[in-house]
Amino acid sequence: MRTSELHVLPCGDHAILVELDDLEDVLALNAALRGHEPAGLVDVVPAAETLLIMFDPGVTSVERLTDYLARLPDERLTADETPLVEIPVRYDGPDLDAVAEATGLSADEVVRRHAGTTYTVAFTGFAPGFAYLTGLDPRLALPRRENPRTRVPAGSVAIADRYSGVYPRSGPGGWHLLGHTDAVLWDLDRTPPAALVPGTRVRFTVRGRDGRR
Amino acid sequence: MTAGREPVLEVLEPGLLAIVQDLGRPGLGAMGVGRAGAADEGSFRLANRLVGNAELAAAIEFVLGGLAIRFRRTATVALTGAPADVRAGERAAAFNAPFSVRAGEVLRVARPARGLRGYLAVRGGLGVTPVLGSRSWDSLAGIGPPPLRAGDLLPLADDHDGEPFVDVAPVRAPLPPLSGAATLRVLPGPRADRFAASALDRLFVSAYEVTADSDRVGLRLAGPPLPAAPGVAAELPPEGMVTGALQVPPSGRPVLFLADHPVTGGYPVVGVVLTADLPLAAQLRPGDEVRFRPTAPAAGVGGGGPVAAASGARWRRPLRG
Repeated sequence: MRTSELHVLPCGDHAILVELDDLEDVLALNAALRGHEPAGLVDVVPAAETLLIMFDPGVTSVERLTDYLARLPDERLTADETPLVEIPVRYDGPDLDAVAEATGLSADEVVRRHAGTTYTVAFTGFAPGFAYLTGLDPRLALPRRENPRTRVPAGSVAIADRYSGVYPRSGPGGWHLLGHTDAVLWDLDRTPPAALVPGTRVRFTVRGRDGRR
Repeated sequence: MTAGREPVLEVLEPGLLAIVQDLGRPGLGAMGVGRAGAADEGSFRLANRLVGNAELAAAIEFVLGGLAIRFRRTATVALTGAPADVRAGERAAAFNAPFSVRAGEVLRVARPARGLRGYLAVRGGLGVTPVLGSRSWDSLAGIGPPPLRAGDLLPLADDHDGEPFVDVAPVRAPLPPLSGAATLRVLPGPRADRFAASALDRLFVSAYEVTADSDRVGLRLAGPPLPAAPGVAAELPPEGMVTGALQVPPSGRPVLFLADHPVTGGYPVVGVVLTADLPLAAQLRPGDEVRFRPTAPAAGVGGGGPVAAASGARWRRPLRG
């Protein structure tokens, strides 16, 4: 059994960057910190292998925060205890055939594999409410499009690299568009506005495909 | 964008860019929402203090003057930041001191000789509708009240907190020097170890120029590139970003992140500018020169390396599953 340790990198005078082994540990530390917020905590940003912790240097310090982190109880949830969001998708995206060609799969098989797995929100970024979902079938992993679109419609369900995601608002984007959903994943008048936050599990359900189903 | 109140300010000319800002919306990083907020927080806070406003009151942040605003009611205002000539109606006024603009008068701010951003606080604060708890415009996320345009009408709120009793604040805005480079202090890390040994030396001996594509997201800098260490990829898995981060994209030319920076990024951060020097960074305009000086962590700022966790913390050993 390995010894338990935290790897803390300096990040200016009001933040630390904690390096962790994997996403599971990132989400566990994030949840623990949210459940037991220390004095002076300003913001926490989970990412693929790190947790950025911003603090108020007038209230706490790197030493005190690091000491606090080391004492936090590990209360991670098992997979079936975390919230699950189902997103109905109409698989009629403009890149579905290109993805099929690039992966050597049929379009039906691309859809089957994309909808056949449970994802986890790893982190957000790029745009408010844009969640990077891990758990993508490795056969569907493709680099981003060489020429990003200047406008991707809101609700587009897409893949790139090891991730899947849903564009919460229309805007530029370089991911491969497999379909779209009417689910509202970002609503400023809702609390919280983002439906997908780190740790949430996501399943895509097939609502139709190109008029064929 | 009004909150059902009678408008007091009428924007006649917004200049290059005039936006509403307060202290931003910290705490939403996990949802992909950045803090935003006033870029030169020191000048912003001073403006609010001069008119007796609460800390949370919203003010106008404007770039390179050119601002003209008609007041429909008499109001107490203060201007801070990059100093420029000011007129309230026919009268001259000054930065860093509260003064009255009478009903019907037009407040005009000229172009500053040095510095980039000015702040106009009005007693009571601007009463535009908050979004996610803040009245700040976030240019990257597109959240908050959009940039002001000619004809916009702004109401006031009741965000005052005491009386304006200071005649003039004996302070100066954080401005770049008349000649030569501005100096910003940098704490190396978190990813300094991904750069060639020569890269850090280069960062700290070279002068960089602020380029024209700089904005509230960040200062794009022209100067000697900072190469990655041999065998180290130019990208890394996305990680959280802070204001003040010197992020180095594959071009090797650093970007200094300001208030509207992305929440996460996949390029390494070689160092982070001290919080105390961010107001000066926010006052640099295209063409200004900047130098970076390494600084040792103050007491309580440091870290790096493994920290033994107390028994019971099992970040590398799941309790369940």
